[in-house]
Amino acid sequence: MIPIEVRVNGRRYAETVEPRLLLSDFLRSRLALTGTHVGCEHGVCGACTVRLDGVAVRSCLLLAVQVDGAEVITVEGLARDGKLTRLQQAFHQHHALQCGFCTPGILIAAEDLLSREARPSREDIVDMLSGQLCRCTGYTSIVNAIAEVAEA
Amino acid sequence: MGAKLAETWVGRSVLRLEDEALLRGEGRFIDDLDPVAGTRHAAVLRSPFAHARIVRLDPSAALNAPGVVGVLTGEDVVAMSRPFPAGIESPVPHFAAAHGTVRYVGEPVAVVVARDRYLAEDAIELIEVEYEPLEPVLDAVAAVATEACVSDRVFDYGDVAEALARADLVLRERFRFPRWSCTPVECYGVVADWDAAAGSLTAWANFQGPFTLHSVAAAALGLSGSKLRLITPTDSGGSFGIKSAVFSYVVLMGLASRKLGVPVRWIEDRLEHLAASSGSTARTTELEAGFTADGELIALRYDVVEDVGAYVRAPEPATLYRMHGSLSGAYRVQNVSARNRVVLTNTCPSGLNRGFGGPQLYLALERTMAIAARRLGLDPAEVARRNLVSSEDFPYATPSGGIYDSGDYEACLDDALELAGYEERRAEAVSARARGRLVGVGLACVVEPSISNMGYVTLAEPAGERGLPKSGNAEGCTISISPLGGITVQLPTTPQGQGHRTVAAQVVADILGVAPQEVEVLTASDTSTFPWTVASGNYSSRFSGVGVGAVALAANKLAQKIAEIRHHLGDDSISLRRVAGTAHWNPESLPPDMEPGLQATAYFAAPNLHPPDDQDRVASSAAHGFVVDVAVVEVDRETGQVRVLDYVSVHDAGRLLNPLLAEGQVRGGLAHGVGAALFERVVYDEEGNLLTSSFMDYLCPTAADLPRPRIGHRETPSPFTPLGAKGLGEGTTMSAPAALANAVADAIGRDDLELPLTAPRVWEVLSR
Repeated sequence: MIPIEVRVNGRRYAETVEPRLLLSDFLRSRLALTGTHVGCEHGVCGACTVRLDGVAVRSCLLLAVQVDGAEVITVEGLARDGKLTRLQQAFHQHHALQCGFCTPGILIAAEDLLSREARPSREDIVDMLSGQLCRCTGYTSIVNAIAEVAEA
Repeated sequence: MGAKLAETWVGRSVLRLEDEALLRGEGRFIDDLDPVAGTRHAAVLRSPFAHARIVRLDPSAALNAPGVVGVLTGEDVVAMSRPFPAGIESPVPHFAAAHGTVRYVGEPVAVVVARDRYLAEDAIELIEVEYEPLEPVLDAVAAVATEACVSDRVFDYGDVAEALARADLVLRERFRFPRWSCTPVECYGVVADWDAAAGSLTAWANFQGPFTLHSVAAAALGLSGSKLRLITPTDSGGSFGIKSAVFSYVVLMGLASRKLGVPVRWIEDRLEHLAASSGSTARTTELEAGFTADGELIALRYDVVEDVGAYVRAPEPATLYRMHGSLSGAYRVQNVSARNRVVLTNTCPSGLNRGFGGPQLYLALERTMAIAARRLGLDPAEVARRNLVSSEDFPYATPSGGIYDSGDYEACLDDALELAGYEERRAEAVSARARGRLVGVGLACVVEPSISNMGYVTLAEPAGERGLPKSGNAEGCTISISPLGGITVQLPTTPQGQGHRTVAAQVVADILGVAPQEVEVLTASDTSTFPWTVASGNYSSRFSGVGVGAVALAANKLAQKIAEIRHHLGDDSISLRRVAGTAHWNPESLPPDMEPGLQATAYFAAPNLHPPDDQDRVASSAAHGFVVDVAVVEVDRETGQVRVLDYVSVHDAGRLLNPLLAEGQVRGGLAHGVGAALFERVVYDEEGNLLTSSFMDYLCPTAADLPRPRIGHRETPSPFTPLGAKGLGEGTTMSAPAALANAVADAIGRDDLELPLTAPRVWEVLSR
């Protein structure tokens, strides 16, 4: 068992974990942050995407011990003071989610893109999204939602 | 309040009530629930062979592994349960885990239950199993004359032989629709809690219905229905039919909980899902079709071989019969026959998958229409127009017993051709091809059935051998108003993202005069407390018809009661809250003979859905939408890559209850249709090993792969559903494979195409 210290959504956690514990399982089971979803556990679907020190990563491909000393943002950390972000609101307005299972990963990945590029093109957005699987929407409404925020 | 300003909530693009929790990461999916204290975790040991005898299975090392509670083996399963009942008798009994013989790669052979999932997965590695491999059956067509064929039925309507004899053109083409799977991003999950004292099982599972499968699971467990309490979470991460088959894991985990005396949680991983959950059938259709010289379709003769995998798992062979009333598609043809054979192979059992029989049927029918048009030197759109059922003929009885409720097919075709700029696109494609670019235009006209007749699957047995008749499709709904006027709706339609809560709230809001936001819709269904029927659930695009029908009937009952109370109190303007308070707190003031309380339960059954008749005719669905798609593609001559240049889809799904959500369903249905057309296929090697066992091998379309469709709507209300709505979640999944295959065939001038039209496969055709 290995002690780790990590900030998640601004809150500090000191935990002791097995070396093999996945970050996704750590977030969901240990911290009860069940907004991070697990869809494939081999890094393709992107549902488990979180930001690690500002960078979008697949939490199913990382071990909890690897985030010792780091800062993690999950979907639960997006809305501030109970208010949805512009991106979350845009997803609502554009019907950019149906079952909502892939949505947390997509929101995080989109926030990552928007933080790196002030005005990503539609092509940039599609390019980023091609790393996230959604089986419900056909993606167009998701691209529209992100593009609206990018253009604002 | 807002409600006073709106004419009706129904028909408006009300934003979803579901969204906020999901956007915050506060959804409640199966793996987010912790409904029972002390739950232990399961891992499933699965067969590495497609077909083998289990010579020896020794769990002793696993039993001694750290944290292990116990092991359930296939032998235990066979001793503790009964085979699953299915639509046709099969020589091979199907249990929740294999004992003696394994019949597909991924079939469960044992379950380990341990303190956590990591330990359970460690321990399954320690179970020693000795297999003696047997020859697998993998080619359904090759096996059709063997005992692997478990059902062989012939249907004949009109006089096909006579019509073919007088036809000017007779086509006979073979079409293969591969096995594919809609692969929801959330896999299966079950929490099972056996109550030894009560002799009952409570199970939480992301089940999607049909609730016929609750009875199948209860029968396997040897329980009366009331002893199997099945609860679904509020949220389910997509299903598209696939999660119907989680019922077999409800049984498996229920048995593990029963044997080991602990509540058991099992969350499927993606490898397990791709290997052993469910998927479409693989279908080979030989279609003989007769046409007159001017393009009238006068005969269809289907010869279908349906590969359902290793077992006939309920509700199969339903894929084969879901479209039975629509064998003639959107056309007036009167002479139709079909030979339907069901074949077992050593692959994962098939089941519900978006489109459910429609993609397979229309690939054969719409490809045949396009091939006929070319052979006759006619425009495919004109051939379609010449054959479409006329708007004056509704309700239209099809030769095989279907009752098409309403529509204006020709107007939809006109809309689609205009939206697509069909004439120009066809001309552009011809000139592009003259310049060496492989551009093509494809058309598909499909009738989209919704609200399945629970009796259609009995067609798998001949009249007289069908047992007790089955029919209909009914849904239940309970609406309660609390003493403070709060409105709660219980609706067992098990949504997985379709927005049922929003639409149900719109319907109730209109009837009770409130805003949708004031209506709590509970869809976390519970077979012990919800009103439900065997038809309940989320399949055959039934929500907007029967789901909404039940909601409207229950709300109308309450509205009537509220009106009577107001009238009795002598003031028709008393607030809903006052009426509710009075009904609860002061029942003495209610009209004499009125039942106290403010709760109403109603069931709505779709009309016309009789059992199959003795001439094998069946109204297989209650409502029928219509879809016309026009696809424009370009094929890269060097690589075979298919690029979709334009995609137009025009729908008539009756009255649209929420246009925003309707659009979402059309786009999502198209995404699955494009996936099946261009990317997706479950692949086994010649020994039955699964080659598509991860998302790196099973290719789901990404944002970069899908077209931005242009969508049009018409609204011809259905006379058979309370609000005139028809289902629309599956139409584009049915139409897109045919439309895209027609476009590619047009582009490259070849008909020997096989789905999915991936670059290597198209390239291979080009280089033949």
